[in-house]
Amino acid sequence: MGQGIGQIVVYAAVLIALAYPLGLYMARVYLTPAFGGRFLGSIERGFYSILRTDPRKEQSWKGYAKSVLVFSIVFFGLLYAIQRLQAHLFLNPDHLPGVPSHIALNTTASFITNTNWQYYGGEYTMSYLTQMAGLAVQQFVSAAVGMAVLAAVVRGFARRSTSELGNFWVDLYRSMVYILLPLTLILGVILVSQGVPQTFSGHATARTLEGVTQTIARGPVALMIAIKQLGTNGGGFYNSNSAVPFENPNGLTNFLEEIAILLIPAAQVFMFGKMVLARRHAWMVFAAMFAVFAIGVGIAYPAEQHGSQVLRASGVNITQGQGQSGGNMSDKEVRFGIANTALWGTITTDASNGSVNGGHDAFTAFGGAIPLVNIFFGEVIFGGVGSGLYGMFFYIVIAVFIAGLMVGRTPEYLGKKIEAREIKYAAVGALFVPTMVLTMAAVSVVTNLGLASVFNPGAHGFTEALYAYTSQANNNGSAFAGYGATNFSAEFGTVALLLGRFAPLLAALALAGAFAGKKTAPVSAGTFRTDGPTFVVLLVGVIILTAGLMVFPALTLGPIVEGLSH
Amino acid sequence: MARDLRSSLIAVVALTAVFGLAIPALFTGFAQLAFSSQADGSLIKVDGKVVGSRLAAQGFAKPQYFHERPSATTPAYNAGATTFANLGPTNPDLAKAVRQRAAAILKLERPFNPGLTIHGIPVDAVTTSASGIDPDISQAYAQLQAPRVAAVRHLPLATVKSLINDNTDGRSLGFLGELGVNVLELNLALDRQQGR
Repeated sequence: MGQGIGQIVVYAAVLIALAYPLGLYMARVYLTPAFGGRFLGSIERGFYSILRTDPRKEQSWKGYAKSVLVFSIVFFGLLYAIQRLQAHLFLNPDHLPGVPSHIALNTTASFITNTNWQYYGGEYTMSYLTQMAGLAVQQFVSAAVGMAVLAAVVRGFARRSTSELGNFWVDLYRSMVYILLPLTLILGVILVSQGVPQTFSGHATARTLEGVTQTIARGPVALMIAIKQLGTNGGGFYNSNSAVPFENPNGLTNFLEEIAILLIPAAQVFMFGKMVLARRHAWMVFAAMFAVFAIGVGIAYPAEQHGSQVLRASGVNITQGQGQSGGNMSDKEVRFGIANTALWGTITTDASNGSVNGGHDAFTAFGGAIPLVNIFFGEVIFGGVGSGLYGMFFYIVIAVFIAGLMVGRTPEYLGKKIEAREIKYAAVGALFVPTMVLTMAAVSVVTNLGLASVFNPGAHGFTEALYAYTSQANNNGSAFAGYGATNFSAEFGTVALLLGRFAPLLAALALAGAFAGKKTAPVSAGTFRTDGPTFVVLLVGVIILTAGLMVFPALTLGPIVEGLSH
Repeated sequence: MARDLRSSLIAVVALTAVFGLAIPALFTGFAQLAFSSQADGSLIKVDGKVVGSRLAAQGFAKPQYFHERPSATTPAYNAGATTFANLGPTNPDLAKAVRQRAAAILKLERPFNPGLTIHGIPVDAVTTSASGIDPDISQAYAQLQAPRVAAVRHLPLATVKSLINDNTDGRSLGFLGELGVNVLELNLALDRQQGR
């Protein structure tokens, strides 16, 4: 396993080396009034003038939230319309019909919310226009919305005695143009050079060496794959997502896509540190996230290498070495092997990315429990772009509050008193989604409508349903992909997607609004320090105690019972 | 509200035009100029005709060719509709499928490889790939098939083994990913070796 562990360690080192400078750059993007300079600045001002909005006019948390919601609703309409009408629009060389209504509804909610749960196979359902001008645009936009909201929330911590959190349109534009676009173009060029297609020609037809006719799906793939990873979207061009060689041809693209999955969420921790002038605290938040990541991959990799019950009993050779990766190779690709599939499964669920380079449904019981638990934590282990860190603030506030209770003193965070209102917002933000997930998963396993989606028998089938609603409500988008699309599951899932995105988003903005209005108090001897290792332990503990204990009973019914059976 | 609605409508149109049409069009133009082969799907042509892509398995079944990993697509090796098999780690259907695949391999290879038992079959040979079109097999699975291919083609085993080495993709930059033998390229090399 040494080679595999080596690759994982190199991954972590490169991630930190890139995320730190990017975080400092991003802080400048949001803090500098005239960031773009003369040329780029004039384009930026042009954008605000056609929107007829004044970029210098800042918004309260309510005004900011209203802009987010209205903008998302309008985009919802366009994306739904493109899917339904694609048969009559251009860039449809393979003459695909319109997308069925319940699939289009779920997909629209899925991409608006940065989830990219996919109840369809992209290469045979979506026209090039839908993929490129519908879904991939949302991969930029929904990511930028999350990043913008985070910028506003961080301002709420950084400022005092104000109601202003920034201007949504400015934050949106800057996230898209100064952060997402350049990174996407760089990654996109590398991906094309390695074999990810980028063409408007329809599918290719080959006559194989044995004389069979083979259809090879292609299209404008590379740019979409780049933004799907960088924006923690995860929705692929192809059904098997990043496992398909046309999305992810070799070890290099796999490594770079893995970096892209966590890059911006990790960088945002350092951005936050710079914006609130608390770099040591930011490092501690990073350490807490990194610790949970390391525990996850530390369980998933050996579990997958150990192999599944069926493969171990079959008698075939699953030993690593002698010209093979060995282990649980079900629904995995040879060029990635076990280490890189386990690593991907862990980070894609630490982030709210949800792209997969192997089938999670075929993971071993404990290997598959790691993605599930990661998502259930609320996508805060780096998490989604923007949404990860603003979700983590709920846990941080709760952690600081608990520390305050222990010493019998009004808790403070970044110099601001945490009072009843803040705790209420944080509790809603932290508990709303897990409660909803458990309820929806329960409904889906006790009704015939819900059971129609389950694919595998026994405890594994329960895990499929639990994973489906955990993934959609937390806006991850990965799946135990045997779980099937029915009208019921698509519509029920739509509810999970929308509530799971916007309830915590509004709670975070409300929390920031409350913090922004406060004065800062000087640090005293009794202040609980958030820049030391004690805080890291407390924060990880709070995450495990709140979300972890909520999911544990459900885990015993699914992965744990499966893992202990033969 | 009305102001947000107006700004949103304009923004949606402008962002879709720029990020959904203009930038992808320019990017596609660049990709086609700079990396035309890769951008078109890494297609392999023989005598001007497309015989496949180096990035897609195509379902070799004849004994003179190396075979790929099992595929869960419909029909198998469908490069137009990729899919996982999605069978869980304790699913009896998985156990049955693995048993059947192992038996088929033993039946096919034993005449050329008399000592072969199920313990000699590498796991990638009996498990579906994630994409259904994994273009690679492990070196172990290629070595297992080498005696058959050599015998059917009347080639020295050493020649076949050296072609396996030539068509093994190493780790990127020497350490990223795992080794894999590209089956289509290997089979093409065998055909070329014999002037076909």
